[in-house]
Amino acid sequence: MITISALNPANAVLDEICYAGDPWMAKVKKGQIFRILDLEGNQAVDTLFYNANNAEERYSTTDTIARQKQLYLTTDSVLYSSDGNPMLTIVADTCGRHDTLGGACSAESNTTRYDLAKRPMHSCRDSFMHALNHCACASQLSKRDITSNINFFMNVPVISDGALSFADGISGAGKYVEMRAEMDITVLISNCPQLNNPCNGYNPTPVRLLLWDAH
Amino acid sequence: MQPINLENNLWEESIPGGNHWSGLMRRGNALRLSDASGGANCSALFYNAEDKLERYNLSDTLKAQHTAYLTAGNVCYSDMGRVMTSITADSLGWHDTICGVTDADMIKSQYGESSYQTHGNNMFRNGKDGLLIELAKHGLGKRDLIASVNFFSKVVPDDAGNLSFTLNYSQIGSYVDIRFDMNVLAVLSTAPHPLDPKTCYQPSGVNLSAYHAGNALQDDICRNSCTQNARGFINTERYYS
Repeated sequence: MITISALNPANAVLDEICYAGDPWMAKVKKGQIFRILDLEGNQAVDTLFYNANNAEERYSTTDTIARQKQLYLTTDSVLYSSDGNPMLTIVADTCGRHDTLGGACSAESNTTRYDLAKRPMHSCRDSFMHALNHCACASQLSKRDITSNINFFMNVPVISDGALSFADGISGAGKYVEMRAEMDITVLISNCPQLNNPCNGYNPTPVRLLLWDAH
Repeated sequence: MQPINLENNLWEESIPGGNHWSGLMRRGNALRLSDASGGANCSALFYNAEDKLERYNLSDTLKAQHTAYLTAGNVCYSDMGRVMTSITADSLGWHDTICGVTDADMIKSQYGESSYQTHGNNMFRNGKDGLLIELAKHGLGKRDLIASVNFFSKVVPDDAGNLSFTLNYSQIGSYVDIRFDMNVLAVLSTAPHPLDPKTCYQPSGVNLSAYHAGNALQDDICRNSCTQNARGFINTERYYS
């Protein structure tokens, strides 16, 4: 469901660019509003969330899907944790559909999906590893904590016979998704560098991250 | 049901409904899971027994095979690009991958309360705690609780992504054969599926028959079902070379 936000970027407490192929991490406090904006269109933003006070509690794809009996994310979708608690609620969305199943690309999965020789290509899970190796929480988070992620702006329709397809993005330049944190959150993003399929329109581009304090 | 060659039989065991199990399954051996009383759900997690950081990966499995569910010919990929397990036979045709497991609150709100103090071993158990108990026996915990494959359960999405659970899908004797292409720690729970709408807690048991299957040959149906799987088997074979 398309929903426009009333928030003004001039009032944001954080306004940063994550360049194509880069990771990004931040803390979002309970009540704050977090926006991811697709600057140039068709850019998959692979995103994981952790409880900032107890990283064992993290975004759970299966809890989010099963508790809402719904595959896709849009306005009013709740992102549930592995303990069954609401972590964030999507409060605005000008794209209309975000993927829960496609996960993050990796050097290893590229070898099976495309060619054994594709291993050296940059990937989301390499970005996740790099971010965790250098973050302040490096002692708490590692490969063990990389679970199934959300792909904001990515379009992975499942048709009723159960086939999964990677369709052209339905996002466009300037589209955004905005969510309210229901607990203190650590956000881990990989701005996807995948060049082997249309998830980034074969042209990875930067995204903009904004944060507003609770009203 | 295609019979298992008797001389290849290794062992048999039954998991009662609602219960949990874990064990080491060696490369080249297989498990036939069969539904003991109809309507079973068997949630399964797979880990590389020698490096438990390597584990079944939902998204890599679905993406490589362009499917949202599993059946004969499909494989389960690890997060390291290797084929961990293969579905070599299947009497049903659809096994859910996307709904995960029940937790204590979901069981309580749907079925009511039934504790060990009041019901002994007939107490209502949930999928998440059962899997976590088995994981703890192998030094694993909440950080390792990944998305499960829910054998015997069918959940179908419509075009808008709304999910519906297919009632009475699995019958008594429905079965699925899982070949282990790596040395795998298999962790199972037979607690109800989270979308099962029944309000009476009577989950079916699942019978396990282990047998020697041998490694995937060149004409294997799982290796040849798509070019992605052919490469996945090469990655697995390089690991064991």
